[in-house]
Amino acid sequence: MLASLNARALVLSLVLLAVFLGLWEAASPKQELAGELTEYELLMGGAEPKAAVPPPSDVIAKAWEELSNPFYDAGPNDKGIGIQIGYSLYRVLSGYFLAAALAIPVGFLIGMSPLMYKALDPFIQVLRPISPLAWMPLALFVIQDSQASAIFVIFICSIWPMLINTAFGVAGVRKDWVNVARTHELGAFKTAWIVILPAAAPTILTGMRISIGIAWLVIVAAEMLVGGTGIGYYVWNEWNNLDLTSVVFSILMIGVVGMLLDTAFAYCARLVQYQE
Amino acid sequence: MSTPFLSLQNLSKRFQAPKGGEALTVFENVNLGIEKGEFVCIIGHSGCGKSTILNILAGLDEPTEGAVIMNGKEVSGPSLDRGIVFQNYSLLPWLSALKNVTFAVQARYKSWSKKQVHDHSMKYLEMVGLAGGAELRKPSQLSGGMRQRVSIARAFAIQPELLLLDEPFGALDALTRGSIQDELIRIWSGSDQTVFMITHDVDEAILLADRILLMTNGPYARVAESVQVDIPRPRERANIIHHSDYYDIRNHLVEFLATRSKELAGKQEDGVVAEPSVVRFGAHGVITDPKDNRKPATSRAE
Repeated sequence: MLASLNARALVLSLVLLAVFLGLWEAASPKQELAGELTEYELLMGGAEPKAAVPPPSDVIAKAWEELSNPFYDAGPNDKGIGIQIGYSLYRVLSGYFLAAALAIPVGFLIGMSPLMYKALDPFIQVLRPISPLAWMPLALFVIQDSQASAIFVIFICSIWPMLINTAFGVAGVRKDWVNVARTHELGAFKTAWIVILPAAAPTILTGMRISIGIAWLVIVAAEMLVGGTGIGYYVWNEWNNLDLTSVVFSILMIGVVGMLLDTAFAYCARLVQYQE
Repeated sequence: MSTPFLSLQNLSKRFQAPKGGEALTVFENVNLGIEKGEFVCIIGHSGCGKSTILNILAGLDEPTEGAVIMNGKEVSGPSLDRGIVFQNYSLLPWLSALKNVTFAVQARYKSWSKKQVHDHSMKYLEMVGLAGGAELRKPSQLSGGMRQRVSIARAFAIQPELLLLDEPFGALDALTRGSIQDELIRIWSGSDQTVFMITHDVDEAILLADRILLMTNGPYARVAESVQVDIPRPRERANIIHHSDYYDIRNHLVEFLATRSKELAGKQEDGVVAEPSVVRFGAHGVITDPKDNRKPATSRAE
């Protein structure tokens, strides 16, 4: 075989996709014309199509239609997919960066001070396993705003991986490197900036990457609860509309956006990676 | 008697035993003086506390008892006055070789401009043979020998009053080791740098040092002898072995490491002044310092 591993993998991926779509298409029941119309159907002017999981051809057609005009806005219940994803990204990123702004400095503190580590550890261990959505009622009551509550839920679920990874990375900086800082009489700020931050950066970025993944998982559920806008709301709204084609399409979009977010963070992680 | 540039006074290091038991004494009553511009090597078996002494000199560790006085001031905490080269190079892997030197120079000479810092750093990198693009590589893209050269350049570039070398060539192959030894001696000759170096290599010690300190085995290790190396400089690896004293010194060191480091080991009786006995080789063979009031090693058996 002359083809590279990548080329062969691509071919195999495409074959698997074709087989999967083919089976799905074949398994989808064709809408048959009912022989006899019921009295109700006659009154309604013909038969309603029977609800079923749509075949991929319908989904592709829907995707084409939605993606060719992603930013239309025809009222509260009819917005383009681009607008819905935009709302979701806005909530995810604002909650996420608020979390980073808190988690990374606190992680530094915990990583550098064994006292702070021991003092804060019980709180972290209790708060961390709480499902982010469990905060929702409390957030709605305290904040009194559903949009801000969704952002708060993202904030609270993004904190933990970043906090723990930062603390872990900072505490694990090799003693030799800390000694380099000490023997060159670097002050606390310079030590953090020149030695500890670059040394811990790969671990911190790993935490940030885990956090963004979790945040994107949680936003869909949060938006189903708070409603109004966003990709999570869109899925639920289309379910209420019994538009399964749109549901399948939006599920795919959630996956694609999540993948792009992860790729972006993987790229950032490579920038700070160093080889010993 | 005038105070030497660097003096170690009654230095001891003990580690508390975990559960009440007797504390482990690594070394005890180490008394030494080192003059400005002197190159001193210290040799001893693993576990005798050489590295601990070096870390205490660096200010990275603290003695349990005693003190280190440099230039009339007690050493407490690390300082740019004392530069260190570690066996594992201790370069920051995310910085280029050049940046690994410039950050140190910047820390030493805070008022310097970027250009001054860069030129000064490059001067020292060129001295160890790193230039023409190699200085822009990260440590992981350099060989072990190159990395240690960067580390040496960094230590010399901050022009410390005391340079501490902790087995700097321990991880290098013999050929690389030889060429860096030559470079080290060349750079050192052009400066009035005081050097304190740990090594396991007897030949390296004779090549580099003005004086070789010999430590007995731990626990209760001490500096038992101070061997004067009076072979004239400049020394070269190729012809130093032809000097008449070379093998006398070498045999003395090897014999110490092989047998006497064990024989002399153990706790000393109280009241013994633990100054190392001075050993000197010359036309008349071994001369022990008359000031030494401890019994010579050879008559210890009685």
